[in-house]
Amino acid sequence: MSLLVALRKELLELSRTYRLLAVVALLVVWGLISPLLAKLTPEMMRLIPGGEAFLALIPPPTIADAVAQYVKNQSQFGVIAALILAMGAVVGEKERGAAALILSKPLSRGAFLAAKALALALAFGAGLALGGAGAYYYTALLFGAPSLGGWLALNGLMWLFFAVYIALALLGSVVARSQAMAGALAFGALIVVGGLGSVPRLGEWMPSKLLAWGSSLALHQGGAAWPALAASLALIAAALLAAWAIFRRQEL
Amino acid sequence: MLAIETADLHKRYRDIHALDGLTLSVEPGSVFGFLGPNGAGKTTTIRILAGLARPTSGRATVAGLDVAADRAQVARRIGHLPEEPAFYTWMTPPEFLDHVGRIFRLPSAERSARARELLELVGLAEARKRRIGGFSRGMRQRLGLAQALMNRPDVLFLDEPVSALDPTGRKEVLELIERLRERCTIFMSTHILADVERVCDTVGIIARGRMVAIARQAELLARYAVPAFELACEPAEAARLAEWARALEAEPWVQSVTPHNGAVRVVARDVAAAKARLLPAAVAAGLPLTRYEMVRPSLEDVFLRLVGPEGGAA
Repeated sequence: MSLLVALRKELLELSRTYRLLAVVALLVVWGLISPLLAKLTPEMMRLIPGGEAFLALIPPPTIADAVAQYVKNQSQFGVIAALILAMGAVVGEKERGAAALILSKPLSRGAFLAAKALALALAFGAGLALGGAGAYYYTALLFGAPSLGGWLALNGLMWLFFAVYIALALLGSVVARSQAMAGALAFGALIVVGGLGSVPRLGEWMPSKLLAWGSSLALHQGGAAWPALAASLALIAAALLAAWAIFRRQEL
Repeated sequence: MLAIETADLHKRYRDIHALDGLTLSVEPGSVFGFLGPNGAGKTTTIRILAGLARPTSGRATVAGLDVAADRAQVARRIGHLPEEPAFYTWMTPPEFLDHVGRIFRLPSAERSARARELLELVGLAEARKRRIGGFSRGMRQRLGLAQALMNRPDVLFLDEPVSALDPTGRKEVLELIERLRERCTIFMSTHILADVERVCDTVGIIARGRMVAIARQAELLARYAVPAFELACEPAEAARLAEWARALEAEPWVQSVTPHNGAVRVVARDVAAAKARLLPAAVAAGLPLTRYEMVRPSLEDVFLRLVGPEGGAA
């Protein structure tokens, strides 16, 4: 019950402060642009002085390029947006004193925290749903339709990828004493987790593998990244549990 | 059952002993003025009682419930106004009160009726459509009071409730606190002694994390207020008055002599002797007095005596 009250407030806040609109617009814009970029890359090369010399080196764009563009753009811009929105979520309210005012009432700290995580996850879910639909339409129009089930799986896995960083940034927001520190922790987590993704063998367990798995599903290619899925779910759960355990002991 | 009770409450922040064995009790239905110099531990006490901080040791109960063990139950029974209340600035006042009402699980109709009633009560009805982000500090303080009353609390914690208000706002809020006396116990920290004198029936004075005095206001004044006399002359004779007053310090019935707002304040060690001798001595010295009075003891006198340089508690 108190989770629903807190979630209502978080969703209202995302909407009133235009953060929801920003997230959705970002993911929709990159969703629509990505297949177009893939299609028009050769044309753009032609417009660059001397670019025609490279045209012969560039193979004609395919559906794989469209999916790759989509995954690259959405994940890069989406993850930055996720970190920016989540990193100030708790520390901002603590700094201003709003958390102390509201948490002296019968609202549990677990509900307070879970509502923030859920609201951000829902916002990114909505953005991915619309952005993914737009990208699917243009990809189908320009290159032929990717597998619908695979496309849905790709977006589901990308949503999970964002959720990992939302959870890590929220943990940073609970631990930090200032928004600047929360930002440093959030982007530090991005660098560490992203860096570990390129380590052989260990990388198989990192969230970035979810994106590669999603791409191959959308393109009817084989391969799965179950370790990355399990590790990502575990990372989300661990980050949120740690945030809750720390937050419930914090004095406001 | 006491409304608030603490026993040997300690709170340490590394090397700082914010509360050092604080023991107090507050009767239900009273307006308790919690006085103390800056850094004495007033806000720390309120934060512990409101469940926002944990004591290092000791016990605290509110409405008979242990604040550490029954935090959720305590939260249902209290209202809390921090010194600088912060809100969700993108909300309007009715929206914020509605959010608070939802947290307390009030039904929809009750939430909107209560929000309307409280905004009227604190003088924010006109600003109901404005965003809180544009509010002045005084308006935020009023809204803070409204949100603290949303659940009709049994115990209301007010941390410096009128510090941000202009004289009119202060008067209105103090009148409101007086009206609330019948409905709940009020625990109010402040450094404005005149406000305490006006609305509080019981006073607790804290210094260095310890309770140095706690009693009903009248008892406290009777127990600690020093008997004092004030004498004033024409401004031209002020120097002669001061010189005469300094000589009085040698008298065994005089405790101290201090200049006070252009006059001289004589604190008596022996009130009867002072009554008998002070005025004749001034007349004999040929001082053209414009005022001679026995000063009504004030809470300020008690406060300064207990926590000022003379008191040694601060």
